[in-house]
Amino acid sequence: MALLQISEPGMSPAPHQHKLAVGIDLGTTNSLVATVRSGMSTVLHDEHGHALLPSVVRYLENEIVVGHAAQAAQSQDPVNTIVSVKRFMGRALNDITDRAHIPYHFVENASSEGILELKTRAGLKSPVEISADILKALKIRAEKALGGELTGVVVTVPAYFDDAQRQATKDAARLAGLNVLRLLNEPTAAAVAYGLDNASEGVYVIYDLGGGTFDISILRLSKGIFEVLATNGDSALGGDDFDHRIYCWVLDQVRSKTADFKPLTEADTRLLLTKSRQAKEWLTDNHEANILCKLSNGALVDETLTVQQFVSLTENLVSKTLSPTRKAMRDAGLSMEDINGVVLVGGATRMPHIRHAVQAFFKQEPLTNLDPDKVVALGAAIQANVLVGNRSEEDLLLLDVTPLSLGLETMGGLVEKVIPRNSTLPIARAQDFTTYKDGQTAMAIHVVQGERELVADCRSLARFELRGIPPMAAGAARIRVTFQVDADGLLSVTAREQTSGVESNITVKPSYGLSEDQITTMLKDSFGAAESDKAARMLREATVDAQRLIEAIQAALAENGATLLAQDERDTIQAHLEALHTLCQGTDSQAIKHGTEALNHATENFAAKRMDASVQKALAGKNLDSLEL
Amino acid sequence: MQNYFALFQLPQQFNIELAVLDSNYRKLLAEVHPDKFVNASSAERMQSMQKATLANEAYQILKQPTSRARYLLQLAGIETEEENNTAMPADFLMAQMEWREAIDDAKFAKDIAALDALLIDMRAQANILQQQVAEEITQAPTQAAMTVRKLRFIDKVSEDVNQLIAQLED
Repeated sequence: MALLQISEPGMSPAPHQHKLAVGIDLGTTNSLVATVRSGMSTVLHDEHGHALLPSVVRYLENEIVVGHAAQAAQSQDPVNTIVSVKRFMGRALNDITDRAHIPYHFVENASSEGILELKTRAGLKSPVEISADILKALKIRAEKALGGELTGVVVTVPAYFDDAQRQATKDAARLAGLNVLRLLNEPTAAAVAYGLDNASEGVYVIYDLGGGTFDISILRLSKGIFEVLATNGDSALGGDDFDHRIYCWVLDQVRSKTADFKPLTEADTRLLLTKSRQAKEWLTDNHEANILCKLSNGALVDETLTVQQFVSLTENLVSKTLSPTRKAMRDAGLSMEDINGVVLVGGATRMPHIRHAVQAFFKQEPLTNLDPDKVVALGAAIQANVLVGNRSEEDLLLLDVTPLSLGLETMGGLVEKVIPRNSTLPIARAQDFTTYKDGQTAMAIHVVQGERELVADCRSLARFELRGIPPMAAGAARIRVTFQVDADGLLSVTAREQTSGVESNITVKPSYGLSEDQITTMLKDSFGAAESDKAARMLREATVDAQRLIEAIQAALAENGATLLAQDERDTIQAHLEALHTLCQGTDSQAIKHGTEALNHATENFAAKRMDASVQKALAGKNLDSLEL
Repeated sequence: MQNYFALFQLPQQFNIELAVLDSNYRKLLAEVHPDKFVNASSAERMQSMQKATLANEAYQILKQPTSRARYLLQLAGIETEEENNTAMPADFLMAQMEWREAIDDAKFAKDIAALDALLIDMRAQANILQQQVAEEITQAPTQAAMTVRKLRFIDKVSEDVNQLIAQLED
């Protein structure tokens, strides 16, 4: 194991050093990885020069194939070759309504109700595991290209992803062994790449139609601040649905011509879906597309689809994107004249009738000067580079919002909204509840996400129970439930009975997600069987954490330790620093963890003082200005 | 408890310069946002989360006139009692009923333009009440509490109209 270099306590930290950070666009159809090299955000290619990695995973007996090779095998091995797995992330079996048209063997997880798994020849695979396999392939690509281990990654998610889908994505990244710096909304990432590239200021709309998701985000760009004013979308609408319309049309044609039409095999379904996708892409530059193939029962498919037919087949899909767009405009309180530009993102926006619809809606020609397939990854790389600390300029700040309202179930199956959609992150809100029966000692809390009034129409995120409420008359207890949504858009909930102080704290693990234990087990399994490997890995992780903290504290002390702390406070922190430094030379990972916690604890007051000092500093400029007046 | 006006270095009064609020909010978030503390100690990350959350909350409250007025009254020790005090002057109630009827008519006729016109109408009414509350807060706080309740009423109706428009547009 390589020894970590730690500078002597009290000495200034090591000189600035470039850390390896990447942005990953984990797409429905294709995935990409990008990084910032000599100030430029660039997509990393594989050894064949491909930028796009098809988000396709094929499971063989003892091998996992990801990307082009897997994609090539999808018709011959449909059951074990998973495409568009993103559509299943954070979803329950019941959410997948078009299962009949998807050639996989869906099963429900034996131990957790609702959790969806796919039966492959390599065993049962959850969407999180399949996504992790795509992420691992990108990790390998990036580490090969950059020549070292990644310090951190930014992974993008559709802005309209709910908590369950976000959590699933983060779990997948952890499973792939990635250090996730931030989950970033795809349209926001696109805005960063676009805005910085064009030095834009003003209000911009990002219209992002990917393979399986649709997002609309309205942002105000001003001096490096990207402020999301409103976001909306549909996390189950994308280019795949356009393919599917063609597929259904072809089936209808064939059925009407064949007297004795036999049901399609899984391979036929995959073949026709692939032909449909190719026809869609062909129609971007041509007036008609020919769909020609032979089904396994010998029937010949030979159909010609014109642009006009395609447009009318998919007209209502296009209008399904305009309804969220209108809602976002309303939520932002803007009219068409306020919009400085409309940026198209996602491969599906190549379809001419999408472009026309967007242009007609906003009464201006959309901007397409960045590759709609790459712009999200490019933006994510820029953010990763800033977060990891490679860019010292303090000139990029992303203020994102919650896409969906968060609420609690109240009497009668109604939702009490606690955090409205489009609230800027991070945000916390508290809501007081009371008991409805005399002597009631427990209370069930049901957290939901969505805009509808009835619990049944919203997505259930979590249920938990607050116990030990002291018996009181009905209505006397005061239960304060606090929702906190962090910068990743992930929720945690705390409930506290005010008169007794009984507290219940949960990080919302969505009903359809993996439990912390499951993740830990999977991670341990993937570390390899040897006990010594696990121990080495744990030591390494503990040392990396400790190292990171030591660096942070040293930098903080160097910056304003002398001005903010008394000598004895500095001495205490210094003692903890040195103790941890010594521990890091040893091999006791548990002791290093404790030392890290102790140092963290010893610096809480310092952290608070630093934060106040920086707040003072931030607003000091304004005081000077007013003095000058 | 941090005073929200002091947080953004604004005078504690109803009429504030929104441009100053905006710019100080951004300056503040640029310092305390969790993105600036990804590599910091967990103590600092916790601080950053709390401060950024506070800044967002304070900004929302000061940005919206109704919540700004309510907050000013709270600072003066006056609760606006919007949940349990629903007594309203007769003329205000009449105006409300007329709005509700107009909304129902527009809903039936699926007339989005009429709903948009109603929103403009309500905004004008709210503007008058906002000017009124600015004076009442210092001179007649109890009156101001009533005006906040009226503003809340209008906010709610506007919200309903917006939802209705969204439904009709679908």
